[in-house]
Amino acid sequence: MAAYASHKPKRTGLYSWLTTVDHKKIGILYLLAGGLFFLIGGIEAIFIRLQLMYPDNHLFIGDTFNQLTTMHGTTMIFFAAMPVIFALMNAVVPLQIGARDVAFPFVNALSFWLFFFGGVLLNTSWFLGGAPDAGWTAYAPLSTSNFGGGHGVDFYVLGLQIAGVGTWIGGINFLVTIINMRAPGMTFMRLPLFTWTSFVTSMIILFAFPAITVSLVLLMFDRLFGGVFFNPGGGGNIMIWQHLFWIFGHPEVYILIIPCFGVISEVISAFSKKRLFGYNSMVFATILIGFLSFMVWVHHMFTVGLGPVANSLFGIATMLIAIPTGIKIFNWLFTMWGGQIRFTTANLYAVGFIPTFVIGGMTGVMLAMPPADFQYHDTYFVIAHFHYVIVGGMVLGLFGGLYYWWPKMFGRMLNETLGKINFWTFFIGFHVTFLPQHFLGLMGMQRRIYTYLPGQGFDTLNFVSTIGALLMGVGMIVFLVNVYLTARKPADAPADPWDGRTLEWSIPSPAPEYNFAQLPLVRGLDALWVEKMAGNHELKSAEPLGSIHMPSPSIIPFIMSVGLFIAGFGFMYHTYFVSVIGLGITIVCMFIRSLVEDHGFHIEKEEIEQIQKGVKV
Amino acid sequence: MSPWLKRWLLMPLFMALMTTMTGCGDPYLSALTPKGPVADIELSLIKLSLYIMLGVFLIVMAIFVYVLIKYRKRKGQEGIPVQVEGNHKLEITWTVIPILLIAILSIPSIKTTFDLAQRYDNQGLKIKVIGHQFWWEFQYPDQKVVTAQDLYIPVGKKIQIDLESRDVVHSFWVPALAGKEDTNPGMTNHMWLQADQPGVYKGKCAELCGPSHALMEFKVIALEPAKFDAWMNNMKALQAKKSITTTNTALEPAVATFKSNCMACHAIDGQGGPIAPNLTTVGDREKIAGILSNNRQNIIRWVTNPQDVKPGAKMPAFGGKLNEQQIASLADYLTSLKAGE
Repeated sequence: MAAYASHKPKRTGLYSWLTTVDHKKIGILYLLAGGLFFLIGGIEAIFIRLQLMYPDNHLFIGDTFNQLTTMHGTTMIFFAAMPVIFALMNAVVPLQIGARDVAFPFVNALSFWLFFFGGVLLNTSWFLGGAPDAGWTAYAPLSTSNFGGGHGVDFYVLGLQIAGVGTWIGGINFLVTIINMRAPGMTFMRLPLFTWTSFVTSMIILFAFPAITVSLVLLMFDRLFGGVFFNPGGGGNIMIWQHLFWIFGHPEVYILIIPCFGVISEVISAFSKKRLFGYNSMVFATILIGFLSFMVWVHHMFTVGLGPVANSLFGIATMLIAIPTGIKIFNWLFTMWGGQIRFTTANLYAVGFIPTFVIGGMTGVMLAMPPADFQYHDTYFVIAHFHYVIVGGMVLGLFGGLYYWWPKMFGRMLNETLGKINFWTFFIGFHVTFLPQHFLGLMGMQRRIYTYLPGQGFDTLNFVSTIGALLMGVGMIVFLVNVYLTARKPADAPADPWDGRTLEWSIPSPAPEYNFAQLPLVRGLDALWVEKMAGNHELKSAEPLGSIHMPSPSIIPFIMSVGLFIAGFGFMYHTYFVSVIGLGITIVCMFIRSLVEDHGFHIEKEEIEQIQKGVKV
Repeated sequence: MSPWLKRWLLMPLFMALMTTMTGCGDPYLSALTPKGPVADIELSLIKLSLYIMLGVFLIVMAIFVYVLIKYRKRKGQEGIPVQVEGNHKLEITWTVIPILLIAILSIPSIKTTFDLAQRYDNQGLKIKVIGHQFWWEFQYPDQKVVTAQDLYIPVGKKIQIDLESRDVVHSFWVPALAGKEDTNPGMTNHMWLQADQPGVYKGKCAELCGPSHALMEFKVIALEPAKFDAWMNNMKALQAKKSITTTNTALEPAVATFKSNCMACHAIDGQGGPIAPNLTTVGDREKIAGILSNNRQNIIRWVTNPQDVKPGAKMPAFGGKLNEQQIASLADYLTSLKAGE
C-alpha cells in the first residue's frame, strides 16, 4: 500500500484540532470538554440544592429530580473529573519523563474522541425523552426496563460503554508510555510523583474498566434484548449488578484521587523549595493504595445481606487503606517542614487539600465499620464523605495542578489575585455545603430524596448547604473569568515560572511541538533541580540535534467515534440498520488505519534550530 | 499569631458550633438519639470511631498549622532550605500507630457485626417486611395478620424481621431503633431490632426505588406489651372476619363502592386483594400514603389523583371513574375504620 511522503501535512484551525495526535493538544481538548461537562454537572448540582433548599419544595420533583442526581453523578465522575485528569496526564507525563509524545498518539486521539462522543450521547438524553434516572450506580432491577421510565438508562449504558473504551485504551497508552519511553537516566525510582501516580492510575484503569464493560453489556442485554441477568423471575440475580458495578466502582474512585495525590506531591514540593519527603515511602504507598483499591468493593454493599463474615473482612480491608493514605499525608506535611512555603494559588489549593481530604478520610474509616455503616449507608453522611474526598480532595488537587501547569500548557499564567478569590470562595463554599450534610445523614435524611417533610430537623442545615453550593458556583465563575482574561494576554510565560524541579520546566512555555529538541540525560530524582544545584541551567542532552520523527495527524479517530455514536443510537432505538451503518463506519476506519501505511513526518534540524532560537528559556 | 490567621482559624469552629446548635434532630428519627439496643450499639461504634479519628485529625492539624506558620516564606528570605530525603523513624511511627488504631477499631467492629447478625429465631415476634413501590407491607405470619405503613411492635421484645421486595431494591430504615437492611427481590434478608420505649418512630426507605423514593415513609409504633396484645387481638379478630361489613347504614353505599372499585387491590378485614396496602383500621394510621396527614380531605385528594401526591404511584386515579360524592363517601368510610369501632 502507499506510504505517505514525510513532510508535515498542513492542518489549520478547527481541522487541526479534530485531527491532532499531539498529546499537548489532546490534553487541551480534554480540558475543554471536561470543563464543559463540569459546568453542566455543576448546574445540575445547583438545581438539586435549590430544590432541597426548603422542605416540600416543588422546583424539580419526582423523576426529574432523579434524572438530575443521576446525571450530576455520572457527568461529574466520568465526563468532568476523568477528562481533566487525562488532560493533566497528557499535558505533563510525556514532558516529565523526557519523551516526545505518548507511546500511541493515534490511540490517544481515539481515547479523547470516544470519551467526547460518549459524553455527548449521554447528554442528548435530556432532549430525547429524559435522562437516566436510576442513580449513577444504576442498581438493577430499577435500571432494567421493567420498572417504568423511558430510554434514559439506555443512554447511560451506551454513553458509558463508548467512553469507557476510550478510558481503557488511554490507560494502556500511558502504561506503555511510562514503561517504554523514559529518557536515558530516568529510572523508575527517579520518576516524579505525578508520573508515578499516573502509572498506578493506569494500572487500575486496566483492571477495573473491564468490570464495568461487562456490567453494561449485561444491563444492555436485559434492557434491549430481553435478557434476564438481573431478573429473579427469570432465574437472574440482582446482586450480580452490585458486585460487578462496585468491583469497577471502587477502584474508579481511586482512579480519581491517585493522580491528585501526584499533583499535591509536585506542588507542595515545588512551593516549599524542598524535595518530596520520603520519596520511596510515597511510591510504595501509592502502589499499595492501588492494589488495595481492588480489595474493598463490598463496603458499598454492607446492608445488602451478605453476612457477617463478608462484611467483617471487607470492613478490615477498607480500614487498611487508611494506612498508606496517612503515610502520604504525613510525608506532605514533612515536605513543608523546614521549607520556604510560597502561597501561590496552586499551593493554596494543595495546602487546602490536606485538612479537607483528611476529614474525608476520617469519615471513610468511620464508614468502614459495618454496624456503623448500617446507619450511615445511603444517607447524606455518605454524600458528605464522598464529596469531601472527591471535591475537597480531587477537585482541589486538579485546580492546584491547573494553576501550576497552566503556563506549560498555554504559555500564560493565570492571574494570582483572581486565583486567590477563586480559591477562597470555592473552599469556604465547599465546607459550608458539605459539613452540615454529615449531620443531616445521622439525623435521618436519606440520599436521593427529592424533598423532605418539614419538622424533622432538616430544614436549617439544608438551607445552609444550599447557600454553600451557591458560593461554590461563584468561585467557579471567578475561575472562568480568570481563564478568559488570561487567554487575552500574550503567551509570554517563561519556561520555568515557579523555579521548578522536574523536566517539564526545562523546555519553553508552551512546549514546542516536539517537546525536547534533544532528549535529555537525567542524572537524578528531580532531574531539573539536580542540574540547578550543580550550577547548570539546563540538562545535558542524551542525543545530538537531528531531524525529529513525528506522528501524522489523522481524522480517523474522530470518524471512528462518530461511527460508534451513531451505532449507539441504533441499538437504543432498536433500528439495527443504523447500528450496522455506525459499526460499519468504525470498522472501515480501522481497516484504513491498518492497511494505509503512514510513516509520519520529520521536523528538520534547521526548523528546530529556528524554533529554539526564538524561544525564551 | 497574625490576626488574619486567628480569624480564619475561628471559621471551622463557627461552622461546627452552628452545625451542632441545630441539635441532634428529631428524637424519634435520629440515629443520634437511639431508643433501642441495636441503634445503641451502632451509635457507640460511631462515637468510638469519631473520637479516635478526631484525635488523629488534631495531631495532623497541629503539625499542619505549625508548619504553615513557621515555614512560610518571609519577605526577602533567600537561600535554599536543607533538602531532607526522609526519616526512617518517622515513617515507621506513622505506619505503626495507624495500624494500632485500626486494630483498636476492628475488634469492636467485628464483634458487633457478628452480634447484630445473630438470629434469635425463638425469641420475640416474627415479622415479614415487604417493600413495594412506594409503600411498605407488614405481615405477622404467626398471627396471620397483614398491615401496611404502620408497623406495630411491643416494647422491650426482640423483633425478628424477614425482609423482601416485590419489585426493586428498597431499604428498611428506622434510625432511632436500628441501622438499615435492604429488601432485595428474589431473596430474603434478616435483621432484628427492639424498641426500649413506647413511641411512634419514623421510618424511611433508604434505597433509590423510583420517582417517589422520597415519599416512601413508614412508622414503627411501639406499644407497651399489654396495649400491643390488645391491638393484635383486635386485628386478628377483624381480619378473621374475611368480609367487609359496616354497622353504620349511612356508610353502606361507600362499602359497595369500595367493593367494586378498590377491593381488587386493597383488603379490609380479611377480604380483598393483596397487591395494595391493607386498609384494616386505616382510620388509625399516622399518615395517608405515608406522608399526608390522615384526614378526610387528604383521602379525597389521594384517591382522586394519587400521582399528584406521589409521582409514579401505581394506584390508578379515580377522579375520572368516580364522582366527587362517591369519593367523599369513601373517605368518610375509610376514616371510620378505627380499632375502637
